[in-house]
Amino acid sequence: MAAVSNLKNMVLVLGTTCLLCSAVLGGAYALTKEPIDAAAVAKTNKAVGSVLPAFDETSYESVEADGKTYHYYKAVKGGETIGYAVESSVVGFGGPLSLMVGITPDGVVYNTSVLSHAETPGLGAKCNTDVKFMAQWEGFDPSSKILTVKKDGGDVDAITASTITSRAYALAVQNAVNAVKLIDHE
Amino acid sequence: MSKNFKLITDGLVKNNPTFVLLLGMCPTLATTTSAVNGLSMGLATLFVLVLSNVVISLIAPVVPDKVHIPVYIVVIATFVTLLQLLMQAFTPAMYETLGLFIPLIVVNCIVLGRAEAFASKNGVLASAFDGIGVGIGFTCSLTVLGLVREILGSGSAFGWNFIGGNDGMLAFVMAPGAFLCLGYLMVLFNKLFKKN
Repeated sequence: MAAVSNLKNMVLVLGTTCLLCSAVLGGAYALTKEPIDAAAVAKTNKAVGSVLPAFDETSYESVEADGKTYHYYKAVKGGETIGYAVESSVVGFGGPLSLMVGITPDGVVYNTSVLSHAETPGLGAKCNTDVKFMAQWEGFDPSSKILTVKKDGGDVDAITASTITSRAYALAVQNAVNAVKLIDHE
Repeated sequence: MSKNFKLITDGLVKNNPTFVLLLGMCPTLATTTSAVNGLSMGLATLFVLVLSNVVISLIAPVVPDKVHIPVYIVVIATFVTLLQLLMQAFTPAMYETLGLFIPLIVVNCIVLGRAEAFASKNGVLASAFDGIGVGIGFTCSLTVLGLVREILGSGSAFGWNFIGGNDGMLAFVMAPGAFLCLGYLMVLFNKLFKKN
Protein backbone atom coordinates (compact mmCIF):
# COMPACT_ATOMS: atom_id res chain seq x y z
CA MET A 1 0.00 0.00 0.00
CA ALA A 2 0.85 3.66 -0.23
CA ALA A 3 3.91 4.93 1.58
CA VAL A 4 3.57 7.09 4.72
CA SER A 5 3.46 10.76 3.74
CA ASN A 6 6.19 13.11 4.78
CA LEU A 7 7.31 16.36 3.21
CA LYS A 8 10.36 14.82 1.57
CA ASN A 9 8.66 11.96 -0.26
CA MET A 10 5.62 14.07 -1.19
CA VAL A 11 7.77 16.71 -2.88
CA LEU A 12 9.96 14.05 -4.45
CA VAL A 13 7.13 11.94 -5.90
CA LEU A 14 4.96 14.81 -7.11
CA GLY A 15 7.99 16.67 -8.50
CA THR A 16 9.32 13.62 -10.32
CA THR A 17 5.88 12.80 -11.74
CA CYS A 18 5.43 16.32 -13.07
CA LEU A 19 8.94 16.38 -14.51
CA LEU A 20 8.53 13.04 -16.29
CA CYS A 21 5.11 13.97 -17.61
CA SER A 22 6.33 17.31 -18.97
CA ALA A 23 9.22 15.53 -20.65
CA VAL A 24 6.85 13.06 -22.31
CA LEU A 25 4.54 15.85 -23.46
CA GLY A 26 7.42 18.01 -24.68
CA GLY A 27 8.65 15.09 -26.78
CA ALA A 28 5.17 14.37 -28.11
CA TYR A 29 4.69 18.03 -28.97
CA ALA A 30 7.92 18.14 -30.93
CA LEU A 31 7.02 14.92 -32.77
CA THR A 32 3.47 15.93 -33.65
CA LYS A 33 4.15 19.59 -34.45
CA GLU A 34 4.96 18.89 -38.09
CA PRO A 35 1.92 16.71 -38.91
CA ILE A 36 -0.37 19.12 -37.01
CA ASP A 37 0.92 22.08 -39.01
CA ALA A 38 0.67 20.06 -42.21
CA ALA A 39 -2.92 19.14 -41.37
CA ALA A 40 -3.76 22.79 -40.73
CA VAL A 41 -2.21 23.86 -44.05
CA ALA A 42 -4.00 21.07 -45.91
CA LYS A 43 -7.26 22.14 -44.32
CA THR A 44 -6.77 25.78 -45.31
CA ASN A 45 -5.81 24.89 -48.87
CA LYS A 46 -8.85 22.68 -49.12
CA ALA A 47 -11.06 25.48 -47.78
CA VAL A 48 -9.57 28.00 -50.23
CA GLY A 49 -9.90 25.51 -53.08
CA SER A 50 -13.54 24.84 -52.26
CA VAL A 51 -14.59 28.50 -52.30
CA LEU A 52 -12.67 29.75 -55.34
CA PRO A 53 -12.12 28.58 -58.91
CA ALA A 54 -8.90 26.68 -59.67
CA PHE A 55 -5.81 28.77 -58.92
CA ASP A 56 -2.04 28.51 -59.29
CA GLU A 57 -0.96 29.98 -55.98
CA THR A 58 -2.22 31.94 -53.02
CA SER A 59 -0.73 34.65 -50.85
CA TYR A 60 -1.84 35.36 -47.31
CA GLU A 61 -2.69 39.01 -46.66
CA SER A 62 -4.88 41.11 -44.41
CA VAL A 63 -7.09 44.16 -44.61
CA GLU A 64 -8.69 46.47 -42.02
CA ALA A 65 -12.47 46.86 -42.23
CA ASP A 66 -14.85 48.28 -39.61
CA GLY A 67 -12.02 48.29 -37.08
CA LYS A 68 -11.44 44.57 -37.52
CA THR A 69 -8.59 42.86 -39.30
CA TYR A 70 -9.64 40.37 -41.96
CA HIS A 71 -7.15 37.83 -43.18
CA TYR A 72 -7.59 36.61 -46.70
CA TYR A 73 -5.93 34.47 -49.33
CA LYS A 74 -5.45 36.12 -52.68
CA ALA A 75 -5.72 33.48 -55.38
CA VAL A 76 -3.71 34.12 -58.54
CA LYS A 77 -3.92 32.29 -61.84
CA GLY A 78 -1.68 33.17 -64.77
CA GLY A 79 -0.60 36.42 -63.09
CA GLU A 80 -4.19 37.56 -62.68
CA THR A 81 -6.09 37.81 -59.43
CA ILE A 82 -9.11 35.54 -59.73
CA GLY A 83 -10.53 35.88 -56.25
CA TYR A 84 -10.17 36.37 -52.54
CA ALA A 85 -10.86 33.78 -49.88
CA VAL A 86 -11.68 35.80 -46.78
CA GLU A 87 -11.64 34.35 -43.28
CA SER A 88 -14.68 35.81 -41.60
CA SER A 89 -15.64 35.11 -38.01
CA VAL A 90 -18.82 36.16 -36.20
CA VAL A 91 -20.66 35.09 -33.07
CA GLY A 92 -23.17 32.38 -33.91
CA PHE A 93 -25.72 30.72 -31.67
CA GLY A 94 -23.33 28.48 -29.74
CA GLY A 95 -20.05 30.37 -30.10
CA PRO A 96 -17.75 31.64 -32.80
CA LEU A 97 -18.74 30.79 -36.36
CA SER A 98 -15.81 30.98 -38.77
CA LEU A 99 -16.32 30.96 -42.50
CA MET A 100 -14.13 31.02 -45.55
CA VAL A 101 -15.86 33.21 -48.08
CA GLY A 102 -14.67 33.13 -51.69
CA ILE A 103 -15.29 36.38 -53.51
CA THR A 104 -14.34 37.20 -57.09
CA PRO A 105 -12.75 40.62 -57.83
CA ASP A 106 -16.12 41.96 -59.09
CA GLY A 107 -17.58 41.43 -55.61
CA VAL A 108 -19.72 38.35 -56.31
CA VAL A 109 -19.61 35.49 -53.81
CA TYR A 110 -18.14 32.43 -55.51
CA ASN A 111 -18.77 29.96 -52.68
CA THR A 112 -18.50 29.64 -48.90
CA SER A 113 -17.36 27.00 -46.50
CA VAL A 114 -17.42 26.61 -42.73
CA LEU A 115 -14.00 26.57 -41.06
CA SER A 116 -15.25 25.96 -37.54
CA HIS A 117 -18.49 26.32 -35.63
CA ALA A 118 -20.06 25.48 -32.30
CA GLU A 119 -23.71 25.42 -33.38
CA THR A 120 -26.33 23.02 -32.05
CA PRO A 121 -26.06 19.58 -33.69
CA GLY A 122 -29.11 18.87 -35.82
CA LEU A 123 -30.08 22.54 -35.96
CA GLY A 124 -27.50 25.26 -36.53
CA ALA A 125 -24.83 22.71 -37.36
CA LYS A 126 -26.72 22.12 -40.60
CA CYS A 127 -25.08 25.29 -41.93
CA ASN A 128 -22.26 22.86 -42.71
CA THR A 129 -24.35 20.06 -44.24
CA ASP A 130 -27.68 21.46 -45.51
CA VAL A 131 -27.29 21.30 -49.30
CA LYS A 132 -30.02 23.83 -50.01
CA PHE A 133 -28.64 26.37 -47.56
CA MET A 134 -25.07 25.96 -48.77
CA ALA A 135 -25.90 26.03 -52.49
CA GLN A 136 -27.55 29.46 -52.32
CA TRP A 137 -24.18 31.12 -51.68
CA GLU A 138 -22.75 30.02 -55.02
CA GLY A 139 -22.83 33.07 -57.24
CA PHE A 140 -24.64 35.22 -54.66
CA ASP A 141 -24.38 38.77 -55.98
CA PRO A 142 -24.57 41.27 -53.10
CA SER A 143 -25.17 44.16 -55.52
CA SER A 144 -28.56 42.76 -56.59
CA LYS A 145 -29.56 40.67 -53.56
CA ILE A 146 -29.77 41.60 -49.89
CA LEU A 147 -27.53 39.67 -47.53
CA THR A 148 -29.97 39.09 -44.68
CA VAL A 149 -32.42 36.26 -44.02
CA LYS A 150 -35.92 36.46 -45.53
CA LYS A 151 -37.43 37.01 -42.07
CA ASP A 152 -35.46 40.26 -41.90
CA GLY A 153 -36.41 41.30 -45.43
CA GLY A 154 -33.39 39.90 -47.23
CA ASP A 155 -32.79 37.22 -49.85
CA VAL A 156 -31.17 34.48 -47.79
CA ASP A 157 -33.10 31.26 -47.16
CA ALA A 158 -32.58 30.50 -43.48
CA ILE A 159 -32.10 26.97 -42.14
CA THR A 160 -35.37 25.76 -40.62
CA ALA A 161 -35.43 26.48 -36.87
CA SER A 162 -31.96 28.05 -36.98
CA THR A 163 -32.57 31.69 -37.75
CA ILE A 164 -29.82 32.91 -35.44
CA THR A 165 -27.21 30.73 -37.10
CA SER A 166 -28.43 31.76 -40.55
CA ARG A 167 -28.29 35.42 -39.57
CA ALA A 168 -24.77 35.00 -38.28
CA TYR A 169 -23.80 33.21 -41.49
CA ALA A 170 -25.22 36.01 -43.63
CA LEU A 171 -23.45 38.61 -41.47
CA ALA A 172 -20.14 36.79 -41.87
CA VAL A 173 -20.58 36.78 -45.65
CA GLN A 174 -21.56 40.46 -45.59
CA ASN A 175 -18.46 41.34 -43.55
CA ALA A 176 -16.30 39.46 -46.03
CA VAL A 177 -17.93 41.29 -48.95
CA ASN A 178 -17.30 44.63 -47.22
CA ALA A 179 -13.69 43.70 -46.55
CA VAL A 180 -13.06 42.77 -50.18
CA LYS A 181 -14.37 46.16 -51.28
CA LEU A 182 -11.53 47.75 -49.33
CA ILE A 183 -8.84 45.53 -50.84
CA ASP A 184 -6.70 47.37 -53.30
CA HIS A 185 -7.47 45.61 -56.58
CA GLU A 186 -4.49 45.86 -58.84
CA MET B 1 -6.79 -16.03 -17.38
CA SER B 2 -10.40 -16.65 -16.41
CA LYS B 3 -9.94 -14.04 -13.69
CA ASN B 4 -8.82 -11.48 -16.25
CA PHE B 5 -11.66 -12.48 -18.54
CA LYS B 6 -14.04 -11.90 -15.66
CA LEU B 7 -12.58 -8.39 -15.21
CA ILE B 8 -13.52 -7.63 -18.79
CA THR B 9 -17.07 -8.96 -18.54
CA ASP B 10 -17.42 -7.16 -15.20
CA GLY B 11 -16.58 -3.89 -16.93
CA LEU B 12 -19.19 -4.65 -19.57
CA VAL B 13 -22.05 -5.67 -17.31
CA LYS B 14 -21.60 -5.57 -13.53
CA ASN B 15 -19.45 -2.43 -13.48
CA ASN B 16 -20.79 -0.90 -16.67
CA PRO B 17 -19.71 2.73 -16.22
CA THR B 18 -22.69 4.32 -17.93
CA PHE B 19 -25.68 2.19 -17.03
CA VAL B 20 -24.63 0.86 -13.61
CA LEU B 21 -21.95 3.09 -12.07
CA LEU B 22 -23.42 6.24 -13.68
CA LEU B 23 -19.97 7.74 -14.10
CA GLY B 24 -18.76 10.08 -16.80
CA MET B 25 -22.17 11.52 -17.57
CA CYS B 26 -20.75 14.68 -19.13
CA PRO B 27 -19.11 13.10 -22.20
CA THR B 28 -21.88 10.49 -22.29
CA LEU B 29 -24.62 13.05 -22.76
CA ALA B 30 -22.64 15.56 -24.79
CA THR B 31 -20.88 13.45 -27.41
CA THR B 32 -23.49 10.81 -28.24
CA THR B 33 -25.28 12.78 -30.94
CA SER B 34 -24.39 10.02 -33.38
CA ALA B 35 -23.17 6.44 -33.17
CA VAL B 36 -19.78 7.28 -34.68
CA ASN B 37 -19.21 10.13 -32.20
CA GLY B 38 -20.12 7.87 -29.29
CA LEU B 39 -17.84 5.13 -30.58
CA SER B 40 -14.87 7.48 -31.04
CA MET B 41 -15.32 9.06 -27.62
CA GLY B 42 -15.53 5.59 -26.08
CA LEU B 43 -12.34 4.47 -27.81
CA ALA B 44 -10.51 7.66 -26.75
CA THR B 45 -11.52 7.03 -23.14
CA LEU B 46 -10.53 3.35 -23.46
CA PHE B 47 -7.05 4.41 -24.56
CA VAL B 48 -6.59 6.76 -21.60
CA LEU B 49 -8.15 4.31 -19.16
CA VAL B 50 -5.88 1.39 -20.02
CA LEU B 51 -2.66 3.43 -20.03
CA SER B 52 -3.42 5.38 -16.86
CA ASN B 53 -4.51 2.18 -15.08
CA VAL B 54 -1.23 0.49 -16.01
CA VAL B 55 0.98 3.41 -14.98
CA ILE B 56 -0.92 4.09 -11.76
CA SER B 57 -0.80 0.45 -10.68
CA LEU B 58 2.99 0.61 -11.21
CA ILE B 59 3.60 3.80 -9.26
CA ALA B 60 0.94 3.37 -6.56
CA PRO B 61 3.25 1.68 -3.98
CA VAL B 62 5.69 4.62 -3.90
CA VAL B 63 3.11 7.43 -3.99
CA PRO B 64 2.53 8.95 -0.53
CA ASP B 65 -1.10 8.90 0.51
CA LYS B 66 -1.54 12.66 0.86
CA VAL B 67 -0.49 13.49 -2.70
CA HIS B 68 -1.97 10.50 -4.51
CA ILE B 69 -4.84 12.44 -6.14
CA PRO B 70 -2.59 15.14 -7.68
CA VAL B 71 -0.13 12.51 -8.88
CA TYR B 72 -2.89 10.43 -10.49
CA ILE B 73 -4.42 13.50 -12.12
CA VAL B 74 -1.06 14.53 -13.57
CA VAL B 75 -0.62 11.04 -15.04
CA ILE B 76 -4.14 11.02 -16.48
CA ALA B 77 -3.80 14.57 -17.85
CA THR B 78 -0.55 13.59 -19.55
CA PHE B 79 -2.19 10.71 -21.39
CA VAL B 80 -5.16 12.86 -22.38
CA THR B 81 -2.91 15.59 -23.77
CA LEU B 82 -0.86 12.95 -25.56
CA LEU B 83 -4.05 11.58 -27.11
CA GLN B 84 -5.14 15.08 -28.09
CA LEU B 85 -1.84 15.80 -29.85
CA LEU B 86 -1.90 12.44 -31.65
CA MET B 87 -5.49 12.91 -32.80
CA GLN B 88 -4.78 16.43 -33.96
CA ALA B 89 -1.81 15.19 -35.96
CA PHE B 90 -3.12 11.98 -37.48
CA THR B 91 -6.92 12.07 -37.42
CA PRO B 92 -7.79 15.77 -37.91
CA ALA B 93 -11.34 14.99 -39.03
CA MET B 94 -12.09 13.05 -35.86
CA TYR B 95 -10.39 15.72 -33.78
CA GLU B 96 -12.73 18.27 -35.25
CA THR B 97 -15.87 16.55 -33.98
CA LEU B 98 -14.49 15.41 -30.63
CA GLY B 99 -11.81 18.02 -29.96
CA LEU B 100 -13.92 19.91 -27.49
CA PHE B 101 -14.52 16.87 -25.32
CA ILE B 102 -11.09 15.25 -25.33
CA PRO B 103 -9.69 17.47 -22.53
CA LEU B 104 -12.78 16.57 -20.51
CA ILE B 105 -11.57 12.97 -20.26
CA VAL B 106 -9.24 14.27 -17.51
CA VAL B 107 -12.16 15.10 -15.27
CA ASN B 108 -14.10 12.02 -16.32
CA CYS B 109 -14.81 10.25 -13.05
CA ILE B 110 -14.42 6.84 -14.68
CA VAL B 111 -10.70 7.28 -15.20
CA LEU B 112 -9.90 8.59 -11.73
CA GLY B 113 -12.51 6.27 -10.26
CA ARG B 114 -10.85 3.16 -11.69
CA ALA B 115 -7.41 4.49 -10.67
CA GLU B 116 -8.60 4.94 -7.08
CA ALA B 117 -10.82 1.91 -6.74
CA PHE B 118 -8.88 -0.63 -8.74
CA ALA B 119 -5.48 0.24 -10.21
CA SER B 120 -3.97 1.56 -6.97
CA LYS B 121 -4.74 -1.73 -5.19
CA ASN B 122 -4.07 -4.29 -7.95
CA GLY B 123 -1.27 -5.54 -10.16
CA VAL B 124 -0.34 -4.25 -13.59
CA LEU B 125 -1.97 -7.03 -15.61
CA ALA B 126 -5.23 -6.99 -13.66
CA SER B 127 -5.36 -3.19 -13.92
CA ALA B 128 -4.82 -3.33 -17.66
CA PHE B 129 -7.67 -5.82 -18.04
CA ASP B 130 -9.88 -3.74 -15.77
CA GLY B 131 -9.13 -0.74 -17.99
CA ILE B 132 -9.97 -2.71 -21.11
CA GLY B 133 -13.20 -4.06 -19.58
CA VAL B 134 -14.49 -0.75 -18.28
CA GLY B 135 -13.29 0.98 -21.45
CA ILE B 136 -15.15 -1.46 -23.68
CA GLY B 137 -18.19 -1.15 -21.43
CA PHE B 138 -18.07 2.63 -21.82
CA THR B 139 -17.51 2.38 -25.59
CA CYS B 140 -20.45 -0.01 -26.06
CA SER B 141 -22.77 2.10 -23.92
CA LEU B 142 -21.85 5.28 -25.76
CA THR B 143 -22.22 3.62 -29.15
CA VAL B 144 -25.65 2.21 -28.27
CA LEU B 145 -26.79 5.55 -26.84
CA GLY B 146 -25.40 7.37 -29.87
CA LEU B 147 -27.05 4.91 -32.25
CA VAL B 148 -30.47 5.26 -30.61
CA ARG B 149 -30.22 9.06 -30.62
CA GLU B 150 -29.00 9.10 -34.21
CA ILE B 151 -31.82 6.83 -35.40
CA LEU B 152 -34.50 8.86 -33.62
CA GLY B 153 -32.95 12.29 -34.05
CA SER B 154 -31.42 12.25 -37.52
CA GLY B 155 -33.01 9.19 -39.11
CA SER B 156 -29.67 7.60 -39.84
CA ALA B 157 -27.39 4.92 -38.40
CA PHE B 158 -23.58 5.24 -38.45
CA GLY B 159 -23.99 8.11 -40.90
CA TRP B 160 -26.15 6.04 -43.26
CA ASN B 161 -29.39 7.93 -43.78
CA PHE B 162 -32.39 5.63 -44.19
CA ILE B 163 -35.36 7.99 -44.13
CA GLY B 164 -34.11 10.47 -46.69
CA GLY B 165 -33.95 14.15 -45.88
CA ASN B 166 -33.31 15.73 -42.51
CA ASP B 167 -36.62 15.05 -40.81
CA GLY B 168 -35.59 13.30 -37.60
CA MET B 169 -36.93 14.15 -34.17
CA LEU B 170 -34.57 16.97 -33.31
CA ALA B 171 -35.13 16.73 -29.56
CA PHE B 172 -33.13 13.50 -29.53
CA VAL B 173 -30.05 15.17 -30.94
CA MET B 174 -30.19 17.76 -28.18
CA ALA B 175 -29.77 17.52 -24.43
CA PRO B 176 -33.35 16.53 -23.44
CA GLY B 177 -33.22 13.57 -25.82
CA ALA B 178 -29.90 12.55 -24.34
CA PHE B 179 -31.41 12.32 -20.87
CA LEU B 180 -34.52 10.52 -22.13
CA CYS B 181 -32.56 7.93 -24.09
CA LEU B 182 -30.11 7.41 -21.25
CA GLY B 183 -32.96 6.88 -18.81
CA TYR B 184 -34.81 4.34 -20.94
CA LEU B 185 -31.62 2.48 -21.86
CA MET B 186 -30.75 2.30 -18.18
CA VAL B 187 -34.15 0.78 -17.41
CA LEU B 188 -33.69 -1.73 -20.18
CA PHE B 189 -30.16 -2.59 -19.09
CA ASN B 190 -31.13 -3.14 -15.47
CA LYS B 191 -34.17 -5.19 -16.48
CA LEU B 192 -31.96 -7.45 -18.60
CA PHE B 193 -28.91 -7.87 -16.39
CA LYS B 194 -29.64 -6.98 -12.78
CA LYS B 195 -30.10 -9.96 -10.49
CA ASN B 196 -32.42 -9.30 -7.58
